[in-house]
Amino acid sequence: MPKERVNRHKNREQSKYFFDYSMLLIVLFLLGFGLLMIYSASSYTSFAEHQDAAFYLKKQARNILIGIPVMALMAMIPYEKYAKFAFAGYIVSFLCIPLVKTPLGEESHGATRWVRIPGLGMNVQPAELAKMFMILFLAVVVCKMGKSIRTLKGFLVMLAIPLPIVLEVYFLTNNLSSAIIIMGISVFMVFVASPDYKKFILIALTIIALAVLLVVLVKAKPELLGFRGDRIKAWLDPESYSGDKSYQTLQGLYAIGSGGVWGKGLGQSMQKMSFLPEAQNDMIFSVICEELGLFGGICIILLFVMLLWRMMMTANNAPDLFGAMLVVGVMGHIAIQAILNIAVVTASIPNTGITLPFISYGGSSIVFLMAEIGAVMSVARKAQRKNIT
Amino acid sequence: MNEYNKIFHRKKVITLFFLCALAMVLLTGRLTYLCVWEADYYAEKATQLHERERSIKAARGRILDRNGEILADNKTVCTVSVIHSQIEQPEYVVEVLSRELDLSKETVKKKVEKYSSMERIASNVSKDIGDKIRQYDMAGVKVDEDYKRYYPHGELASKVLGFTGADNQGIIGLEVKYEEYLQGKPGTILTVTDAKGIEVADRGERRIEPQKGQDLRISMDMNIQSYATQLANQALATKEAESVSVLVMNVKNGEMLAMVNVPEFDLNHPFELTLEEGEELTDTQRQDRLNRMWRNGCINDTYEPGSTFKIITAAVGLESQAVSLNSGFHCPGYVVVDDRKIRCHKVGGHGSQDFVHCMMNSCNPALVTVGLRVGVDAYYDFFERCMLKQKTGIDLPGEAGTIMHKKEDMGNVELATVSFGQSFQITPIQLLTTVASIVNNGQRVTPHFAISTGMDGELLHTFSYPVSGPVVDADTSEKMRGILEMVVSEGGGKNAAIEGFRIGGKTATSQTLPRGSGRYIASFIGFAPADDPQVIALAIIHTPKGMYYGGQIAAPIVRQLFENILPYLEKMGYNY
Repeated sequence: MPKERVNRHKNREQSKYFFDYSMLLIVLFLLGFGLLMIYSASSYTSFAEHQDAAFYLKKQARNILIGIPVMALMAMIPYEKYAKFAFAGYIVSFLCIPLVKTPLGEESHGATRWVRIPGLGMNVQPAELAKMFMILFLAVVVCKMGKSIRTLKGFLVMLAIPLPIVLEVYFLTNNLSSAIIIMGISVFMVFVASPDYKKFILIALTIIALAVLLVVLVKAKPELLGFRGDRIKAWLDPESYSGDKSYQTLQGLYAIGSGGVWGKGLGQSMQKMSFLPEAQNDMIFSVICEELGLFGGICIILLFVMLLWRMMMTANNAPDLFGAMLVVGVMGHIAIQAILNIAVVTASIPNTGITLPFISYGGSSIVFLMAEIGAVMSVARKAQRKNIT
Repeated sequence: MNEYNKIFHRKKVITLFFLCALAMVLLTGRLTYLCVWEADYYAEKATQLHERERSIKAARGRILDRNGEILADNKTVCTVSVIHSQIEQPEYVVEVLSRELDLSKETVKKKVEKYSSMERIASNVSKDIGDKIRQYDMAGVKVDEDYKRYYPHGELASKVLGFTGADNQGIIGLEVKYEEYLQGKPGTILTVTDAKGIEVADRGERRIEPQKGQDLRISMDMNIQSYATQLANQALATKEAESVSVLVMNVKNGEMLAMVNVPEFDLNHPFELTLEEGEELTDTQRQDRLNRMWRNGCINDTYEPGSTFKIITAAVGLESQAVSLNSGFHCPGYVVVDDRKIRCHKVGGHGSQDFVHCMMNSCNPALVTVGLRVGVDAYYDFFERCMLKQKTGIDLPGEAGTIMHKKEDMGNVELATVSFGQSFQITPIQLLTTVASIVNNGQRVTPHFAISTGMDGELLHTFSYPVSGPVVDADTSEKMRGILEMVVSEGGGKNAAIEGFRIGGKTATSQTLPRGSGRYIASFIGFAPADDPQVIALAIIHTPKGMYYGGQIAAPIVRQLFENILPYLEKMGYNY
C-alpha cells in the first residue's frame, strides 16, 4: 500500500475500531435502488394481481428491515466467535433442505424451494441458508487443515465437503442455480486457500470443455437433456425457439435493447407490463436497462465491482486466515450471483433462475446476504487499519 | 491461526477480484452491444409487441363526369368490433349488439367470447346505428367510421365505372383501372397495450392519418350517357334484343362521351343476380353469371362488324387508287371469287352503279371487287396501318384483341369476305376508333375516359393519350366523308338523317355465327357534322326480334341520339 497514505493517517487521532463505511454505503445504495426498481418493475402487475401497486415493495422493505438488525448484530459480534457455529450450521442446512419435501414445504413458481417457519408466517429458502453456512464451515475447515490443504487429499476433502449439500439442493429442490452457486463459492475459497494454480486452470478448462460438449450435444440430440436442454436451445436461438424460458430471455432482450443508451426514463418500462415474467425478480436487471439504459446498467455493474474491491481489501487485510476466508466466501457468493444474473439477462448463458444480489425481490436472499455483509464488516473492524483505507 | 501466510493468499484474492472484474467487463461489452448496436432492432420488435393496430380506411376518390356530376361517391358507414379482453359485461354487450345490428344472439355471442385481440361484429353499418351503439358507451366495443362506395346513379354506366369490393378496392371498370389514384392511403390507430391486450391508459394512442384518394374526372357526359342508356333500353325492350350497346366519342381527341351496354346492373348491389323462379346456382355458376353480367361488350367482346367495315374497304380502295368516286360497277346479285359465289343482300342485284352508289346501297359484290382490286398484300398492309390488329388502348381493363386471318392464310375468298366485314372479328370500340380516324383526316386518337385527377378542387394529374397516323390521306378522308354523308342523306342510312344537320354514317346487318341461326347483329355508325366530324356514335343491337336491318333499327337510335345531343354539343362547343 502507498507509503504517503500511511503517513497522512498517522497525524490524525484514530478510533480504535475501523468501520467500512464505503462498503456499507454501496450495500445500502444497492438496497435502496433495488426497492425503487422493484416498485417500478412490479407495480403494474402487482396492482392487477393484488390490487396494490406497492405489494412487492412493501414485502421487500419488510425483508430489509429484518435484515438491518441481523447485519448489525453480525457486525458487532467478533467474527472469531462465528467459528463455534460452523459445524452446527452445516448440519442445520443439511437437515433443513429436506424439509421442503415435508408438509412445511411451500410451493411457488412451480418449484418447491421454500420452508414455512411455523408461527412467524414467513418462508425461508433453505438453499440461501446453506450458502451462508457453507462459507462459514469451509472457512473453519481451511484453518483447521493448515498446510495439509496443499496436498491433493486436502484439496479433494475441500471439494467433497459442499457436495452433500449441493446434491441435496439440486435433487431435492430441483434448483440447479443454487447448487452451482454453492459449488462455485467452495471453489472460490479453495482457490484462495491453496497456493496451487495448475489444478484450478485444469478445472476451468474442464468446465469449458464440458460446456462446449453440452452445446454440441444439445444441437445434435435435443431430446437427451429434457427441459434443461430446451433452455440451452432457447439460449442459442431465442427468437425461433418457442417456450417459457426462451420467451423470458427474448422479452428480457427486448427490454434491454429498447432501452438504448440512456433508457426510456424511470418508470417508463413497457416490458414490465406483463410482457416480462419475473420482472421484479430474476429479470430486474433488464427493467433497469430498459428504464435507465446502458448507462444505468453500467452503473450497477460498477457498484458491484466497487463492492468486490472493498471485500478484496478487507480480505487482504484480515488479521487471520479465518477472517480472510470468510470475506472471500462472501465475495465469491456476491460475485458469482451478480455475474451469472447479468449473464442470464443478457442471454450470454442459458437461462437459469438467479437473483441479482441486493436488488432482486426475494426475502431469504436479502436477509442472508445482509448477514454475510455483517460478517464482512466484523472482519473489517479487526483489519489492519493502516492498510485498508 | 497465527501462521497466516499472507503473500500467496493475497495474490489469490487479487487474482479472483480481477477475474470477476474481467467477467464484468465482458458482460458490459455484451450489454453495450445489445444497447447500442442491437438497440434499433429490439426497440422495433418491442414496439411491434406493445402496439395494437387498427386501420382507418381512406376515403376513396370520387369519380366525376366532365361537368363535375358525381358518378361514384363515398358514404360514411361504421364497423363495429369487440375487443375481448376489454369487455366488462359480456351479456349486456351481446344483447345490445344483437338488437341494434339485427343479428342472432348466437353469432354475436360467439364473437364476443372468442379470445382474439379484435373481432369484427359487423361492417357497413349505417352511421345512425353506429352512433347509437357508440352512445351505449360499452367497454370493449369499438365503433370505427368507415367509407362505403356509393353510386348515386345506380345502374348508369355500370360496366364502365365498375365497383369496389368489401375492402374498398376496385373490382372492374375504371374503379380498378385507376385504383392507384382513387384508393388513397389507409391510416392506422396504434394503441399501446400490455401483454394481455389491455390498453395502457396514460400512453395515449398514435394516429397515422389516412390520406384520401384523388378524384377522377372522366370525359363521360352524364346527360349523354343517360339519354343513350334510355334509347338503348327502349330498343332492348321493343326489339326484345339480348343486348344493346351505344358508344359516343369525340372524334378529335378520343374522349368517350358515353358507353352504354344494356342491360346494365346496379352498382350499389353488384353481387345481386336476378334469378328465375326456383333457380339455384352453384358457386361457380353464380360467379359465371356475375362475370357475364359485369362484362362490357363494347371492349371485352368481339363481333363481325359486317357492312360498317365497308368504310375501311372503301378507304383502302380510294387510298390505293383502285377505285375513284365515279368508278362504275355492275352488280348482278352475286360475285364469283375463285370457286365461291358470294351473294349480294339484294337478290336481283343493284345493276350498274358508281362507287358512291355502291356504298349507298351497301353492295357486297362491288366492295368485294374493290377488295380484290386492292389485293391481299395492300389490303393487309392497310389493315395493319389502320392499327386494326392492335388494341385501341382505351383505359378500361380487359380490352379484347382482333381476331384476323394470318396474312399467309389469306386468299381471295378470305379477302373478299373481309371486304364486307365478315370472317374476322373486332371489338365495337375498335370499329369506332378506326372509322373515326378515317373521317378525321387519318388522325387516329386513343379512346379514353380519364381526363384528370384532383383533390379539393386542385388539379393533380392530367392524362394525355397518343394520337397516331395519318392512317389515310386527308384527300381520302374528305372523299370518305362525302360518301358516308350520301349514305345517310340518300342511301341505306336514311333513317339517321336529321334535318338541319349534316350526318355521315353506315349501316350493318350481320348474321351471327353459325350462319342460318336467324340471329343477327344490327348496327349503325354515324358521325356529325359530316364535313368536319366532331362526334361519332355506334349503336349495336344484338339478336333483335322481328325487323333486324341495321338501317331500320340501329340508325334510328343514332338519329334520336344526335337529335338530342347535337344541339347540346353545339351549344357547349363540342370540345367543352
